[in-house]
Amino acid sequence: MAIGETDARIAAVGQAVLAADERTAAFLQALADDAVQVAGDKVFIVRDGKGQDPLTGAAVAVPDGAEDVISNNRMRGELDAALAGLKLFSSDDKLRLAAAKALLKEPDESRLALLDKALAVEKVEAIKAQLELARFAVLLGSSDKATRLQAAKALGENKTPQTKLLLSERLGAETEADVKVQLAASLRAIEESLHWGERLGAMFTGISLGSILLLAALGLAITYGLMGVINMAHGELMMIGAYATYVVQGLFRSYLPGAFDWYLVAALPVAFIASAGVGAVLERSVLRFLYGRPLETLLATWGISLVLMQGVRSLFGAQNVGVENPAWMSGGVQLLSNLTLPYNRLVIIGFAIAVLAGMALLIGKTRLGLFVRGVTQNRPIAACMGVNTARVDTYAFALGSGIAGLAGVALSQVGNVGPDLGQNYIVDSFMVVVLGGVGQLAGTVYAALGLGVLNKFLEGWTGAVLAKIAVLVFIIIFIQKRPQGIFAMKGRSAEA
Amino acid sequence: MHKIQLPSTPPLLSGKGWSAFIVALIAVCAVAPVLNLLVPAGSVFHMSDYAVALLGRIMCYAICALAMDLIWGYTGILSLGHGVFFALGGYAMGMYLMRQIGRDGNYKSDLPDFMVFLDWKTLPWHWSFSDSFIATLVLIVAVPGLVAFVFGYFAFRSRIKGVYFSIITQAMTFAAMLLFFRNETGFGGNNGFTDFKRILGLPIATQEMRMTLFVLTGLTLLGFFLLARGLVRSKFGRVLQAIRDAESRVMFSGYSPLGYKLTIWIISAVMCGIAGALYVPQVGIINPGEMSPANSIEMAIWAAVGGRATLVGPIVGAFVVNGAKSWLTVAYPEFWLYFLGGLFIVVTLFLPDGLVGLVKKLKVKGAKS
Repeated sequence: MAIGETDARIAAVGQAVLAADERTAAFLQALADDAVQVAGDKVFIVRDGKGQDPLTGAAVAVPDGAEDVISNNRMRGELDAALAGLKLFSSDDKLRLAAAKALLKEPDESRLALLDKALAVEKVEAIKAQLELARFAVLLGSSDKATRLQAAKALGENKTPQTKLLLSERLGAETEADVKVQLAASLRAIEESLHWGERLGAMFTGISLGSILLLAALGLAITYGLMGVINMAHGELMMIGAYATYVVQGLFRSYLPGAFDWYLVAALPVAFIASAGVGAVLERSVLRFLYGRPLETLLATWGISLVLMQGVRSLFGAQNVGVENPAWMSGGVQLLSNLTLPYNRLVIIGFAIAVLAGMALLIGKTRLGLFVRGVTQNRPIAACMGVNTARVDTYAFALGSGIAGLAGVALSQVGNVGPDLGQNYIVDSFMVVVLGGVGQLAGTVYAALGLGVLNKFLEGWTGAVLAKIAVLVFIIIFIQKRPQGIFAMKGRSAEA
Repeated sequence: MHKIQLPSTPPLLSGKGWSAFIVALIAVCAVAPVLNLLVPAGSVFHMSDYAVALLGRIMCYAICALAMDLIWGYTGILSLGHGVFFALGGYAMGMYLMRQIGRDGNYKSDLPDFMVFLDWKTLPWHWSFSDSFIATLVLIVAVPGLVAFVFGYFAFRSRIKGVYFSIITQAMTFAAMLLFFRNETGFGGNNGFTDFKRILGLPIATQEMRMTLFVLTGLTLLGFFLLARGLVRSKFGRVLQAIRDAESRVMFSGYSPLGYKLTIWIISAVMCGIAGALYVPQVGIINPGEMSPANSIEMAIWAAVGGRATLVGPIVGAFVVNGAKSWLTVAYPEFWLYFLGGLFIVVTLFLPDGLVGLVKKLKVKGAKS
């Protein structure tokens, strides 16, 4: 196997696989790793400078002048396949499955015997199905027409991008007309199913983006929508939330490594309090002097955002910091062959719904919510009724800021955490609030989801940048028709 | 019969104002060139090339600040998208400068380098007039003007105002920036235009050319100042201020604000476009970064620092803020954003009338005591 022409070596490898034992596997692996040397007609496996006899496994000294065995690319492909073939008989279910999948990618008639042998002994259903697929993939290249027909039909049942590739490759090489028809039919069936996967995938990423936008915009819906304060530093409050997550992660890593997976849960209140605290300070020290002067508020909060950004840069450095997904959030559910829903995105969608529900309760059912609504509707009358409007303003602004902090925790799980994190979302989240209409939670929800889904669908056609531009243009046009957003506040005020 | 006493129109500039104006004119057209070109480099009175470049750049910014003052200070419309107009003027100029490179680029091709790099064979349609200087001058005015007209018409017609308008303009500049970042748009993508060689056939990097551009910018700034001054003291300007103070009452009095707002919006945009066109040959580069929302907001702070609705104030503000920027970003780069951020906060909280307002207040105090 080590010496001679490539063709002869490949043939030898093929034979060795059929009569496989552990030694062969080790030797093949060594060949693939370039760890085999020859001296005359003796062959050695050399690892870490120590020689080993491939037949017995006993350690031997490698004579001087031993030469490396060099394998070309063809040989390498063959070796990989052979190793995969060997793994088919491994006792580990996962290894067997992976091997079956690897063989599906490179069908070759020489492996038919191997596959049959593996099929006969396989007991796990999923692996058996995968093996059968690989077998059909091999049969697809068979010289017998009936076998090819059967294989084409069977492969049509398995709707993955890989089978699609196999079938379309075969379609190009096929000469018989009726096999061609069957191939085409199978291909169509697969394409249809894949199409659905893609569409659902776009839908899901759209909803996922929408849920992130929703989280970003919910805080704004309070500060801008209810209080009428343009807070350009909202994005930076989100950034503070994300950095709070980073800090909590660091603390857990050094003091509670055992509970590391749950750091995210602890990060939620920390981020909320951090952002709400900053928000409350801002409101007390700057914003309350600017109520009723929205343009000045805009500029002042922009200044605040610059200061916060630079502050974070001074504290944590200008580079992005790493925030890890906890173990229970990595991975995903596989729904279709080409549609996997990552857990972190699912969790964020759930989280957005929870925050939304919590906020709706808070605004709709509690005393604080009542005060906030009262002050929003008519500040002087609320004050006359004995509501401490200044305090309500502070609470409401802190609440909006805290929700921005929660959004920051969510963002830290799906994107980079850096000083510029907020800047990327500020235009988008304002668009959501503008589109949704001022003073409305429902509008914010619809606008966030609508924009998210619209954005992702357009991305499929036009690419990310043009999709974003198209969405912005759409919003500008939409505002023409409905300056008050999707849900207009009904009122008699002439100056909206 | 009773005759309504209309307030008399104030003179274009007061006596003091005129003398200050003439001093500025002489400083730009005579003193600066003499100090830069004739006074030897070792002398105390020599004006370095760096100073010329810096002041030339700041005067471009001052034109933008003036434009912001017309639209924000006098009409009450805060635009966070004037960077687009600035960049559009700059790009129009940049296209011409790119064509002027001719075959001297890295690839020795008739096409600008970045097009060769993208493997384009012919000029895209929007480059068709870029080899003519006259056409470029027209484009510098027409493109920002047209964009402003389309955007302004739709926005003002549906009576978008206040912060809504500000946010939409910010979205506009953001969208434009994304668009210009694309290679397909045909404006050089990320890198924009740079490596200019000559303008009107003359080399662009000489001391004389820099001085010429400097004087030209100074004259434009002073010219626009007179124009703005003329505008705001006319009836047109009075209506603008009325719109700023009580738009509904203006409407109830039988005026349609649309035409007024649209006109001043376009004038302001064109001024920014011209500033951009003067800016590009002086700094030698234009890229989509000029359209980033942060740049446009900075223009607002120049006007606010100097003092809104004063015309002189924004020019002063542009000089103060950008002077501080060029000093701080070199001396204490860490502190520049703190300073700028702090400026936004301090000016809005404590100096609603800016530096000019502060000086006036101090004068009044001085007169009392």
